[in-house]
Amino acid sequence: MRIGVLDIQGSVEEHIHHLQQIPDVEAVRAKTPADLSSLDGLIIPGGESTAIAKMLHAFKLVDLLKERIQDGMPVYGTCAGMILLADSIEGESGHLGVMDIRVKRNAYGSQMDSFIAELPLPPICDRALPLVFIRAPYIVSHGDSVQVLTMIEHKIVAAKQDNMLVTSFHPELTEHTDVHRYFIQMVRESKQSH
Amino acid sequence: MNQRYELNKNLAQMLKGGVIMDVVTAEQARIAEEAGAVAVMALERVPADIRKDGGVARMSDPKMIKSIQEAVSIPVMAKVRIGHIMEAKVLEAIKADYIDESEVLTPADEEYHIDKRAFAIPFVCGARNLGEALRRIGEGASMIRTKGEAGTGNVVEAVRHMRQINKDIRSIRTMDSEELMSAAKEMGAPFHLVEQVAKEGHLPVVNFAAGGIATPADAALMMQLGCDGVFVGSGIFKSANPKKRAEAIVKAVTYFNDPLIVAEVSEDLGEPMVGINMDEINQVYAARGW
Repeated sequence: MRIGVLDIQGSVEEHIHHLQQIPDVEAVRAKTPADLSSLDGLIIPGGESTAIAKMLHAFKLVDLLKERIQDGMPVYGTCAGMILLADSIEGESGHLGVMDIRVKRNAYGSQMDSFIAELPLPPICDRALPLVFIRAPYIVSHGDSVQVLTMIEHKIVAAKQDNMLVTSFHPELTEHTDVHRYFIQMVRESKQSH
Repeated sequence: MNQRYELNKNLAQMLKGGVIMDVVTAEQARIAEEAGAVAVMALERVPADIRKDGGVARMSDPKMIKSIQEAVSIPVMAKVRIGHIMEAKVLEAIKADYIDESEVLTPADEEYHIDKRAFAIPFVCGARNLGEALRRIGEGASMIRTKGEAGTGNVVEAVRHMRQINKDIRSIRTMDSEELMSAAKEMGAPFHLVEQVAKEGHLPVVNFAAGGIATPADAALMMQLGCDGVFVGSGIFKSANPKKRAEAIVKAVTYFNDPLIVAEVSEDLGEPMVGINMDEINQVYAARGW
């Protein structure tokens, strides 16, 4: 299966590297309409959400991306990716607005407040994993169809809604591929049901 | 400390493929963010003005940095003088996101750089070659930028430094393990980092280009040479139409391998900053740093 990493800016290479370790996955950089149309699944990486959103608008990729996601293409957003998928953002307007979550940006503060937590991530992984938070967002509220996967100190940091998976943290910055494997399983199931 | 260093290298990874812009006011910071900058560098005067006005260039007024932190949501970086431990402590105290220990400001210490491992806040430092980059990383820098020659609008030095780093890496890649110690001695770099680069084929931290980038094509050129992103200093706010030029440079960095897009964004940008040739300058900033 063909999995794209949105190649505007941010941790693109790191996601590609993780995908390449999973059997039967062809990992590609995706930044043109042609790239995006050919994918079975898409990862929106970490980076600066304002910068990525700006380029998505400038190169008219917003409608195509929304259409593909609403059409059922599985998508996984890490950090900036979560912000881009969110229906609403505290203090500013949403970007792709496809997922029924409201997020707070830079919710933990400046880089000095970035941190690593270690905890299990059921149903993704039962053993504790290092979770890397870099100027991270979290989910402040969500609709009924959103499944909360992980909370840290009462803040939602991982969630799923139908074909959409989001995490505030960056599994691509660790050596672990569990979250990527979980996402690939989502893509596999989506392919089977179509 | 180790975990903090990893987090600091991680933030630089999030900036890859992006443009970091010099700003001197909150208003400029907003323009930069709106144009798609991944971070801003808050400073008192852009390098072209430091060059023109002369005098001692120092860390900015903390009040100005705080006003920029309030104005934008992207990371805010700020410069300190080489070796000025106290300016760095001040920026750490006001929770800047990144410190640039920069040769563009007047050095506070002509022998030593800051021991950056003693800080929680991340540092980016300039380098002209692999040895200099690895000395800074050895001191705890979590990001490197080529020095180029700031405030000139002339990309020639940034190209020279980027090519030199690439050449140095290629050269140690082909060395036997016995040769690496002599190479480390020769370039004045910590041996374990020389070994690591020889094995991995790239710097252990993110490397941006800086110093003299003035046009979208300049920025795309630096990306073609293999850097991870670019800093643009005087190039934006010393040009005729900063907003348009800032956006064009961001687009050119994202689509650096598509000359048609670089052509399109280069149209009608108005006057670029006035460029200076290397033999016309009386102070080479890149020579500062040891």
